[in-house]
Amino acid sequence: MAYIPVKRPKFSILDRIYVVELVRGLGITLKHLVLSLLGKSRSKKDFNGAGIGACMPFPEQRWDDHLPSYYRGAPALVRGEDGRERCVSCQLCEFICPARAIRVVPGSVAPGSSCSKQEKAPAEFEIDMLRCIYCGMCQEVCPEQAIFLSQQYLITPTDRKQAVRNKEQLYRLGGIRKGLIHKWNQFK
Amino acid sequence: MENLLKWCTDVLSNPTWFYLLTTIAKLVVVFAVILAFVVLSVWIERRVAGWIQDRPGPNRAGLPLFLLQRFGSKEEQPLKNLLRFLGCPPDGVIARLCRWLRFDREIPTFGLVQPCLDGGKLFLKQEITPSYVRKFYFILAPMLVLGPPLVSAAVIPFASWVQTPFGEINMCIANLNIGPLWIFAVSGLSVYGLTLAGWSSNSKYPFLGGLRATAQLISYEVAMGLSVIPLLMVFGTLNLQEIVHSQAESGWTLLPLWGQGLSLQRWLLCIPMFISFIMFATCIFAEANRTPFDMAECETDLVGGYHTEYSSMKFASFFMGEYAAMVIGSALVVTLFLGGWSIGFGADAALASCSEWLAVACQFVTFLIKLLAFIFFFVWVRWTLPRFRWDQVMKLCWLVFVELAVLNIVLTAVIIYFIH
Repeated sequence: MAYIPVKRPKFSILDRIYVVELVRGLGITLKHLVLSLLGKSRSKKDFNGAGIGACMPFPEQRWDDHLPSYYRGAPALVRGEDGRERCVSCQLCEFICPARAIRVVPGSVAPGSSCSKQEKAPAEFEIDMLRCIYCGMCQEVCPEQAIFLSQQYLITPTDRKQAVRNKEQLYRLGGIRKGLIHKWNQFK
Repeated sequence: MENLLKWCTDVLSNPTWFYLLTTIAKLVVVFAVILAFVVLSVWIERRVAGWIQDRPGPNRAGLPLFLLQRFGSKEEQPLKNLLRFLGCPPDGVIARLCRWLRFDREIPTFGLVQPCLDGGKLFLKQEITPSYVRKFYFILAPMLVLGPPLVSAAVIPFASWVQTPFGEINMCIANLNIGPLWIFAVSGLSVYGLTLAGWSSNSKYPFLGGLRATAQLISYEVAMGLSVIPLLMVFGTLNLQEIVHSQAESGWTLLPLWGQGLSLQRWLLCIPMFISFIMFATCIFAEANRTPFDMAECETDLVGGYHTEYSSMKFASFFMGEYAAMVIGSALVVTLFLGGWSIGFGADAALASCSEWLAVACQFVTFLIKLLAFIFFFVWVRWTLPRFRWDQVMKLCWLVFVELAVLNIVLTAVIIYFIH
């Protein structure tokens, strides 16, 4: 191990008496106090803040418009532009899920649907939101780009059953994703 | 009725009964005020901490109005109906102000009941006494922390005195001639609480916390005692009531703007007084175990310090003891340096010549306002300064404060002796 001496700054006598710095520090905190009481805190707009301080008073103001685009909320299933279920129930997400929140029951593709090329579709797809840790591994592993982390962050089930989301709910949350995956395109 | 009045007069004419009754009344008032201020200072602490960190702090805990519906009221929005009843437009200034104050949703308390609710929560929490502690001392320690601050409040004057037909009432529970000494002696007892808590917990972090508390409190008591000596030299008395009275007549210690305070000597004395004020206030911070001197419960290196093993109401009494010490410390600083109950600028004498009871009431309120201001200062400093290192704390006491205090005494003596 090399011995690396840390360079300490040299303090002047004024710094070492500490009183001046103390008063300056008190001034800084007082400035913050007055500004937040006046409702003029810094970066208040970024936080969608209202009233005292920079904070967003939560149930009244929401994050909705202020979430960064990379925010990872609840996972959801998506449909393609053509309305096709993208999920082919390969169950990779089920296997990768570190919290074992996902349960997929594979089924056959409904006859007459627009995507007869693929072999399977999920008969049932459940995500237990009490187990989900929002890691995004399902999204990463999905070869079909069928599961995405949505921006939904308010998940307040009142009992355990309510916390389990079924296929229908997941598709409703995910909606339609732009961009075709041509792998299953009939005309290709 | 007349018999009753006569009986009351008889009882009050007896000096012993008069003394007893007035003392009990004063006790009740002071005790209630201190406990209320403990709660209030917790609230101030959390609100001011919030504001300093650009947060609102605890601002909810109002009584939600949907409770009305739950109890059977048919009205959906009482505020809307009330505004209509009063004839205010629904988008007017008053309506908007009411909505800003959240009147439409709840009866607001601005978070004031939050400390009370926290107290209630602590009452209901599970009480855990680990099996390896020394039970007797483990239970004794919180009492020893909470008790001394409440006892030492006895000598702090909260108003001047009143002449009644039955005798004089001094608005100070115990008008002792050794006021500050009494406070130092009694608040020094609280170190036993911390030490016993640390030792009886029988685990290493509380033990280290208790050791630190012992060393710190004993050291800073020395510096604190030395730092008020210049003040006592100026006033020539140890009676707190007399000290405040002379401040009311001839200018506060730090603000000699009237009476004899306009002399050259008093202005020069401001220098040692100010040094003494800074030292004394710092020592009070250390005595009350507040940041930047909260070495005894330094979370970063001692988990929770001396109260790591405590839970529920025993922990709460440590908490309350700390805040009570803070309130009493502020009261002492206000009394010694900022004029105590005196309103200043000769207003005390003028009010007293008008009506003594009015004067006492005004002085009481003045004292409480000054106390609140100093508590705010306490909190402000806490959320500004980082915690000192342990060796810095001890060095500050033994290598700086003690020497400075002795020099300050000499300086005061020189000024008093040579300049008139």
